[in-house]
Amino acid sequence: METKNIVLVGVGGQGTILAAKLLTTGLMEAGFDVKMSEIHGMSQRGGSVSSLVRYGDDVQSPVIEIGSADIVVAFEKMEGLRSLEYLKPTGKMIVNDTEIFPLSVIIGANTYPDNILDEIKSKVNLRVMSATKMAEDLGNPKVMNVILLGSIIKSMGLTDIDWETIIAENVKAQFKDLNVKALQAGMNAV
Amino acid sequence: MKLLLTGNEAIARGAWEAGVKFATAYPGTPSTEILENVAIYKEIVSEWAPNEKVALEAAAGASIGGVRSLCAMKHVGVNVATDPLFTFAYLGVNAGAVLVTADEPGMHSSQNEQDNRNYARHAKVCMFEPSDSQEAKDMLKEAYAVSEAYDMPVLFRMTTRVCHSKSIVDCYDREEVIDKPYEKDIRKYCPLPAFARGMQVKLADNFKRLESYSNNSPFNYIEDNGADIGIIGSGVAYRYAKEVFGKTVSYLKIGFSYPLPMEKIAAFAKGKKTLYIFEENDPIMEKEIKAAGIDCIGKEKLPAMGELTPDRVRKALLNEEAKIIQPNPEMVLPRPPALCAGCPHRGVFYELGRRKDLMIFSDIGCYSLGLMPPYNATDAMICMGASISAGHGVQKAFDIKGDHSKKVVSILGDSTFFHSGITSLMDVTYNKSNTLTIILDNRITGMTGHQQNPGTGYDLTGEASPMIDIEAMVKACGVQNLISIDPNNLQIVQEAIEWGLNTEGPAVIITRWPCVLKKFSVQDNEEFPTAFKMVATVDVEKCIGCKKCLKSGCPALAFDRANKKSGILKETCVGCGVCAQICPKQAITVEVR
Repeated sequence: METKNIVLVGVGGQGTILAAKLLTTGLMEAGFDVKMSEIHGMSQRGGSVSSLVRYGDDVQSPVIEIGSADIVVAFEKMEGLRSLEYLKPTGKMIVNDTEIFPLSVIIGANTYPDNILDEIKSKVNLRVMSATKMAEDLGNPKVMNVILLGSIIKSMGLTDIDWETIIAENVKAQFKDLNVKALQAGMNAV
Repeated sequence: MKLLLTGNEAIARGAWEAGVKFATAYPGTPSTEILENVAIYKEIVSEWAPNEKVALEAAAGASIGGVRSLCAMKHVGVNVATDPLFTFAYLGVNAGAVLVTADEPGMHSSQNEQDNRNYARHAKVCMFEPSDSQEAKDMLKEAYAVSEAYDMPVLFRMTTRVCHSKSIVDCYDREEVIDKPYEKDIRKYCPLPAFARGMQVKLADNFKRLESYSNNSPFNYIEDNGADIGIIGSGVAYRYAKEVFGKTVSYLKIGFSYPLPMEKIAAFAKGKKTLYIFEENDPIMEKEIKAAGIDCIGKEKLPAMGELTPDRVRKALLNEEAKIIQPNPEMVLPRPPALCAGCPHRGVFYELGRRKDLMIFSDIGCYSLGLMPPYNATDAMICMGASISAGHGVQKAFDIKGDHSKKVVSILGDSTFFHSGITSLMDVTYNKSNTLTIILDNRITGMTGHQQNPGTGYDLTGEASPMIDIEAMVKACGVQNLISIDPNNLQIVQEAIEWGLNTEGPAVIITRWPCVLKKFSVQDNEEFPTAFKMVATVDVEKCIGCKKCLKSGCPALAFDRANKKSGILKETCVGCGVCAQICPKQAITVEVR
């Protein structure tokens, strides 16, 4: 099979790394060759972060080229806009309907645009998710990342993999059920 | 057993499998996770060293003492460790020793893009260069065999993409390696000129033998696809080449990259119409291959700076560019890293940034961000520890010129002070300078992700260890003017800076407050009982929308443009109170969360 490319982007602290870890573990268990590359900015929190996940029969580069992602999942709107160039023309973007202001907005030097989703929608196939709201409804805003993981799994046709076991092996026991629910909610939402 | 590992995790696994018993490092992106993962294996004594020179010396000592040792650092860390490296090469090893250098093509988290393959040539040590996690583990094991067979420390070049990419790795059990006996041998271990000359000859002989190893190494192999275009590639650049060209060209994969397998290269080049060299950064293989009279194409077509990613390869060699969808560029706002809400550096940079009479020499750490808006405080930085010594030099120049318009402030963190700030501070006192040094003691090594250091009271394994007292260290360096302050109290910060600038002779301010992301120790809980347990709120009736609080640059603040009022994100705020002290209308109050 041709190598598939998934890009996860967000802001440091949003949980993109755990989502990518669960995803790549599942893909490996399913027998795919997998590579994942992460770039985290120089500081601990607050910068843009991305995880690039590739899977197929024989994956060479750990990096996803611009214009070649099958799906880009943005945990935050501005990061979605920033990552448009990763998508191939037929690719799909999923954006979590959440705004995190960069410092230039906080200090009043810039305004956070209110039409980001319109801009993305005018250029690519977009699905907007209210994953932060959905996570709050499930009782823990942190599982937003696993809800978005669910949307990736469904969109990429990976629902046959035993995700429940993978979650059980990678999160603390008391959070297992919550995360399984979050994954299901994400799958059902796309 | 198959595991999905990053390159750094694979190195740790490889060290364990290879029977390594001693490992040491100073943290630095992208190498930090190597020792963090080595420390998981209880069979390996694992340590954070105060700096890279110390780390390599300890690893050399462990090798001489008779156990296999590992040392890891980022590329610029090797600069610090070159003094022992060059002579360790002369001595050779007793048990095997490997130095991992984590280079940074693309400079994702570094101040330069130096190519440490040059050090293999310069220090005369052999080198491996893995292209993924499986190779990182396999080559590390082989590196110990080579180190012992050829009596030299091995330099092991990782790059950010190999360090931080995950791929599938076949894992095995630990090999129990028999410790080497230590025998006194001054001709081997004491490089007095008379002995060093002999060591030099031995090293040259070992390199001669390594040429043959390189030509026969399983890590230097040909993939013959019957094509008349050939690619010689090392590291992740080889993966990028395969990504772009697949089976349409033939490859010579270089995994053992110094000395190069020149016979294999000559055989591979024979009959090729075109030969490309794929290497990230400097044209090192290219120059050596050209010097052997073999025609090849390298940096005249492929980029010599940054990563050699597939899209750049396509553009350079095939003139192909992907069709990409671009957003309206005016809408995309940059998101540079920022000091966290509750960061104890905030108050200091807020106060420093307000003054125009300072030349601020900063250092390597999260506080590098003090140069960014809204603080715009920092003037310069070079490398670990340079804030104090380079600051001393600037102050001397100002004094020599009789220019009193600005006074030098040197600023660095606790871990950086231990790394190489102490010797710099001695330079300041010994040479009767009059700079102000601010040591931001946030009780941890912050930027690389919270590693213990000599001042935290814990070691790499989490065990309690003697806590080196920064105040006592500063006094021992001859500093008479020293105060320790709470950096969240702006009045105190302001007064301390004023005091430091106006005292006779050098002054030191230590700010002591933990990093907001730090996992608190028992001592931290006792010393900072209220830290990060507060929250600030804005009284919208009192807020006049003057935006002064935004000058704190805190990501917990949000200005409501419609209503012209400041707001505070309750989930993000930890109640440090800096914004409340800036507010001219007392509109912000801090209370227990």
